[in-house]
Amino acid sequence: MQAFLHQVLSGFATGGIYASVALALVMIYQSTHHVNFAQGEMATFSTYIAWKMISIGFPYWAAFLLTLLFAFVLGVAIERIIVRPFYKAPVLSVIAVFIGLLLIINSLSGALFDYTIKPFPSPFPSDAWYGGPYLSPHEVGMIFVTFVVLALVFVFFRFTPLGLAMRAAAENPVSSRLCGVRVGWMLALGWGLAGLIGAVAGMMTAPVIYLDPYMMFSVLLYGFAGALLGGIDNPWGAVLGGFIVGVLQNIAGAYLVGTELMVTVALVIIIGILVIKPSGLFGRPIVTRV
Amino acid sequence: MSAILETRGLSAAYGPTRVLQSIDLSVPERGIVTLLGANGAGKTTTLRALCNMMVRVSGEIRFEGQRIDGKATEDIVRLGIGHVPDGRGTLVSLSVEENLRLGAYTRRDARVAQDFERVYGYFPRLKERRRQQAGTLSGGEQQMLAISRALMLRPKLMLLDEPSFGLAPLVVQEIFRILRTINEQEGMSMLLVEQNANIALELASEAYLLETGRIMLSGPAATIGSDESVRRAYLGY
Amino acid sequence: MATLETSRPAASAAAPLFAGLSLRVWQIIGLAAVLAAACVLPFVISSYQLLLATQVIVYAVALLGLNILTGYNGQFSLGHGAFYAIGAYTTAILLDKTGIPYWATIPMAGVLCFIVGFLFGLPALRLEGHYLALATFALAIATPQLLKYKDFDFLTGGVQGIVISAPDAPDGLPLRADQWLYFFCLLWTIPLFIVAWNLLRGRTGRALVAIRDHPLAAATMGIDTARYKSMTFGVSAMYTGIAGALGALLAQFVSPDSFDFFLSVRFLVGVVVGGLASMTGAFFGAIFIEFVPNIADLLSKAAPQAIYGVVLIGCMYLMPTGVMGLVRALGHRLGRWVAR
Repeated sequence: MQAFLHQVLSGFATGGIYASVALALVMIYQSTHHVNFAQGEMATFSTYIAWKMISIGFPYWAAFLLTLLFAFVLGVAIERIIVRPFYKAPVLSVIAVFIGLLLIINSLSGALFDYTIKPFPSPFPSDAWYGGPYLSPHEVGMIFVTFVVLALVFVFFRFTPLGLAMRAAAENPVSSRLCGVRVGWMLALGWGLAGLIGAVAGMMTAPVIYLDPYMMFSVLLYGFAGALLGGIDNPWGAVLGGFIVGVLQNIAGAYLVGTELMVTVALVIIIGILVIKPSGLFGRPIVTRV
Repeated sequence: MSAILETRGLSAAYGPTRVLQSIDLSVPERGIVTLLGANGAGKTTTLRALCNMMVRVSGEIRFEGQRIDGKATEDIVRLGIGHVPDGRGTLVSLSVEENLRLGAYTRRDARVAQDFERVYGYFPRLKERRRQQAGTLSGGEQQMLAISRALMLRPKLMLLDEPSFGLAPLVVQEIFRILRTINEQEGMSMLLVEQNANIALELASEAYLLETGRIMLSGPAATIGSDESVRRAYLGY
Repeated sequence: MATLETSRPAASAAAPLFAGLSLRVWQIIGLAAVLAAACVLPFVISSYQLLLATQVIVYAVALLGLNILTGYNGQFSLGHGAFYAIGAYTTAILLDKTGIPYWATIPMAGVLCFIVGFLFGLPALRLEGHYLALATFALAIATPQLLKYKDFDFLTGGVQGIVISAPDAPDGLPLRADQWLYFFCLLWTIPLFIVAWNLLRGRTGRALVAIRDHPLAAATMGIDTARYKSMTFGVSAMYTGIAGALGALLAQFVSPDSFDFFLSVRFLVGVVVGGLASMTGAFFGAIFIEFVPNIADLLSKAAPQAIYGVVLIGCMYLMPTGVMGLVRALGHRLGRWVAR
């Protein structure tokens, strides 16, 4: 029983990472109806920037905040420069562009920071008071940081004019323009925010799975699974989906298939959802116009 | 009275298809002008062209004397043109109040809170439903919401695209009565596109008749309304 | 944007174009010349170059497979590396564990991949665009993991993989092993291409394109979209699987990490560069993905991926119909100029 609880809570902690990635994916999907395959690489690259800053002497939280800023600007820049020309392009082209982005950023990480695995520090010391029998201090810290980020995002979207404008732009760009909203910039902001959230996920997960250019590959997949499970057009459903995937993953790993087949489990989840209920648990059913 | 809006040689096309051919019209300050015509005449396209949305536009458009053709939609709106679009354009997943707040998005002045009250004064039903999701409102209520959203901008000119569409006659009467009040009390100019010529001519002081992208006729609303042959030929009654 | 070049009506293809011969005749002459050159090649180049050339042919078949699915039928696959892997491992396992002759493993790999592809295509029926890309993306990432799974070790050789030896030329033919392998691959490639060509220019091809461009309209016209789409998945997997099997013979080695996500990416890049919905483009694409890593590796480890990324984005931006689209467009211009 104790072991089971440990798995569940631990899964909850990693679920927070997946929830963050899922949220980032859904934010971009909601406004553009495109899946950002490069989300993971953007997060990895940002984490490398943090690593670099820390290794030249920046205190952790200073590097953390500066990295968030960097990730935000990176997201905005990518949207404005690379993604924007393809808004009206067919699906195939857009996916190809995202994959291209994935490759370029991935190779940039490798070229600038080499392919050796690097340890990444955790700001939560391993002997901190808030660690317990079920969770390490870092896991507790992960959950805490995840919740803080999610809460801030929630407050931003629900209670600020800019958040309102972004929600409106995602839902109905035409009407939003008629209210003076600069829809193009709202999309860029969405990418910036998604990049920022991804960076948080990256920096939280790096201490656990170590930093290398391929770090976020499987995390991205779990994030997808979470987003699909919760509903790819429902941000808070996606967050819940991320947590569920985290817990499911740990339970499946410990009791069902062993830890080597984790990605396969994610694959099965993804295909399962897409086949049984593509709109996820909480999403709206998808309607296509004839 | 000077014109708040003037077009000269306004033409519009969807892709390769020309829909408007060289339209000249003007809206006097504080006036209400209506644009009439059958389905497909190009009425909605005219309003879209004025806001540079969804069509390729050529020709001159002057708002308060300044050229606005070629500007982005959101910039045209920020100059003080409110647009109540075809189909109402309700942001369905936002609440009524959020829809209104969005309408005031570009405003920096302190009178926004006042304007909520003003708008609720015109449309008390919206106040009752203000926390409701906008998608759950009835057609008439969504029309009121669309007008209110445009009002929150405090525009100098309001463009309305078929506000009577799909609404019960009583509701239409109510809405048009409120439009008249807004025009009289606040001096807001209006360009009204309508298929329901009868009620439009009651409200407006001037009318233009559009047929397959051209202005066939223009003049004081009363004259056009009382001319039997015009009514029968173009307005169907 | 991927558009299928509609075949020119027979009349203009037969009309005199250049030096009194019609376009159709020129195409046949060109094809014959290329085939002749291909047959002469193994005798004039070095062993290493022959290896590369054989790999190009193998990749061309793999790319043709992907193109049938993505280019002609519009079903996006980021996971074709998985089918290549299945084909490769089928051959490797059969050669390692059974006495089945090498040439028999190829069709067996093909059949297995067809079945797997068809089965994957069934749930994929309900997926469009991004969702299908997602599902195949997951497939690509899961493949190396599955291949490394401990419980399958007895079959797959686990992380170390399986080593096999290249077949010798049949008795009586004065060919080296590598020359024989080249011709062996060619012997598979040519009929595969012919079959695909026939299928794609006929009713089937038009049905596939109709499904790609206007799925609802296609359905209302009586095309059994579901059947076509899953069959296409199966056929596409079969082609790429056969390529994988041939590739295994060529490399004489299979291991899980050679079939990772980046293999699927290379296939995608190959199809994009060569031209979506173009058969000859498969060769251009194959040449590209064979030689770019070799050259780029000299620059840095990261260079090949970066180049693929830039190429993908660049192609989408400038040349959405790929090299073949460009060639065709230039060909049209040339044809018009010559005909004046």
